[in-house]
Amino acid sequence: MSDLRTRPTTAHDSRSKRSSGGDLAAEGRRRRASIAAFYTVLIVVAIIYIYPFVIQAGTSFKTDGDSTYNPLNPFPTVATLDAYGTLADVDFPLWFRNSVIVTAFVTVGRVLLCSAAGYALSRLHFVGRKFLLAAILAVMAVPGVVLLIPKFLILNQLGMYNTFSAMIIPLLWDATGIFIMKQYFDTIPPAVEEAARIDGAGVVRRFWSIMLPMAGPALVTLTVFAFQGSWNEFTHMIVARSSAETNTLTTGVAALTTGQFGSGNRYPLKLAAALIMTIPVALVYFVFQRKLVRGQGGGAVKG
Amino acid sequence: MALTSADDVVVATHGRGADQAPRPGGPRRRGNRLYGREPVLAWVFVAPMVVVAVLFLIVPILMALWVSVSDWSGRGSPLAATVGFVGLDNYAAFFSPGLAQRDLSTSIRNTFYFVLLVVPLQTLLALGLALVLNSRRLRAKSFFRTAYYFPSVTSSVAIAVVFLFMFSASGPVNSILGLVGIEGPNWFADPRGLIHVVAGAFGVDEQPAWASGSIAGISLWQWLAGPSVAMVSIIALVVWVSAGGYMLIFLSSLQGIDEEVNEAAVVDGASTWQRIRHITVPILRPTTTLVVTLGLIGTWQVFDQVYIMSQGNPGKTTLTPAYLSYTTSFGSAQWGQGTAISFMLFALIVVLTIIQRAATRDRENPSGRRGRRRASRKEVAS
Repeated sequence: MSDLRTRPTTAHDSRSKRSSGGDLAAEGRRRRASIAAFYTVLIVVAIIYIYPFVIQAGTSFKTDGDSTYNPLNPFPTVATLDAYGTLADVDFPLWFRNSVIVTAFVTVGRVLLCSAAGYALSRLHFVGRKFLLAAILAVMAVPGVVLLIPKFLILNQLGMYNTFSAMIIPLLWDATGIFIMKQYFDTIPPAVEEAARIDGAGVVRRFWSIMLPMAGPALVTLTVFAFQGSWNEFTHMIVARSSAETNTLTTGVAALTTGQFGSGNRYPLKLAAALIMTIPVALVYFVFQRKLVRGQGGGAVKG
Repeated sequence: MALTSADDVVVATHGRGADQAPRPGGPRRRGNRLYGREPVLAWVFVAPMVVVAVLFLIVPILMALWVSVSDWSGRGSPLAATVGFVGLDNYAAFFSPGLAQRDLSTSIRNTFYFVLLVVPLQTLLALGLALVLNSRRLRAKSFFRTAYYFPSVTSSVAIAVVFLFMFSASGPVNSILGLVGIEGPNWFADPRGLIHVVAGAFGVDEQPAWASGSIAGISLWQWLAGPSVAMVSIIALVVWVSAGGYMLIFLSSLQGIDEEVNEAAVVDGASTWQRIRHITVPILRPTTTLVVTLGLIGTWQVFDQVYIMSQGNPGKTTLTPAYLSYTTSFGSAQWGQGTAISFMLFALIVVLTIIQRAATRDRENPSGRRGRRRASRKEVAS
């Protein structure tokens, strides 16, 4: 993000403020030393952040024994695909399919509903608009963990427990997404829509044919967040369902980990499962990282 | 579970967006006659979200509120006529001696030590990484940023599995400790509290007489146990995961600092450390307040990691209020008590959220000198 800034080359800048050559040499030494120190810190921390994933990938190709005796070595003594083969026996393909279904519906649903709601809150006149904005903010303050039991209660009451609709519909709520869209629509000049209004375009037409196509960047952000959020969703899935057929990757791998599929460490198997479920999100992250990174930090600055 | 989810960003965002949004239509166009069917269509546009929110957020919370004052056992509907009203009995259970009180006190103790370590550690790590990454002379910054933020976008389940392996008895962490001659503990099976371990090194192995008094169901000695060895590995995981997100928040604030201030300090002969200590850190104070309160809100809710990695074990030393409310309801079918715990946790987090929003407002509308800085920051951001 620093690259957004145009600044004069500093080396030149500060040198011009120095008067004597001795200062310059000392300054140069100090600067080189601090750069070296900075890189050391960054690289050590980067190893701490990256190495666990390297070990994870390597161990997934090991035998159980190899993973126990050579835990630090990312290279298997004898590479084997056993762990990946065994995944099929624990219904992993089914979990994957269920995750794809949930993620697809939640992502598409959120994009449609958030942009519709965001458009109305940004552009339309109706009684209760201010109240709705305040209510959305109030609801956002409700911590997710507190909703665990309440969500189960309502899904059970409505007879939706253990169904895909129970896994999908409650996840459509996305206050963050509504605000992303509302704020993006706020930045589009009213004149754009005004012209269409004068030409007789109705609300639906103006939303669908004019405003939505102009909101591309916000839609991409929303899609990336919705994909990442629903693919990784765990707590909702443990209270919305319990049957084996409705396991998603998160609940399935959690069950694998908490020992519901037999004893033994079986780390290669667990790590292989965790690795596969990480890959889709990792791909999206590397492609759209500017969106994700800017959404996190940049949003906070912009206020 | 990204502790700093996009939610936080929007919370930080609403202040300006809501106030400065262009008034739809402008002041000339007051009155509904001018808008025809617009008000009706507007409600059609927001209706799906409103229905989902009412049905799956507001109604369930009201149902849970009822369950927390009822004797519902988990059979049938909590709204059935056979379910009785028991007043505040379910809440009172935690204020009189018994298993319920002991468990809740234990979970509060565990989470207290968890928060006490995680929040300062992740804030310092995030601040340190942001300060280094903000240095203008470094290359490959985006590589490091990508690496540090990656755990935040990854599934909490996948990360927990990796850390279970990292901290397993014969896992990588203990291998590294072995390289420097330390015999690592069996992390997830070790209920010893760190403070007890240190006390033991000084010969205090058993509960001393002065610490045997019971407070809220567990002895003072137990309150003072410190985080268990098992909890330490969960602490390591959470710090490792969340630091990246907070680092980005610090970085964005750092990029708003007017370079002239630093240049002037350089001319005056201030060292790097002096500049950080006397310029950068004071400027970052509102951001630090935000990061700390977001950290408090996130850490008091810790659930996923406990569910996947330890289920409250060993010796209930990783039990947290969120996990306790889950097991009390789904495990022991004490639905009233389980929901009561979640409402007490709710109250705590609402208080923290109010503090966080006040802190965000301070950061958004700084007065006087800070206003100018903010103005320059806006230019950078746009």
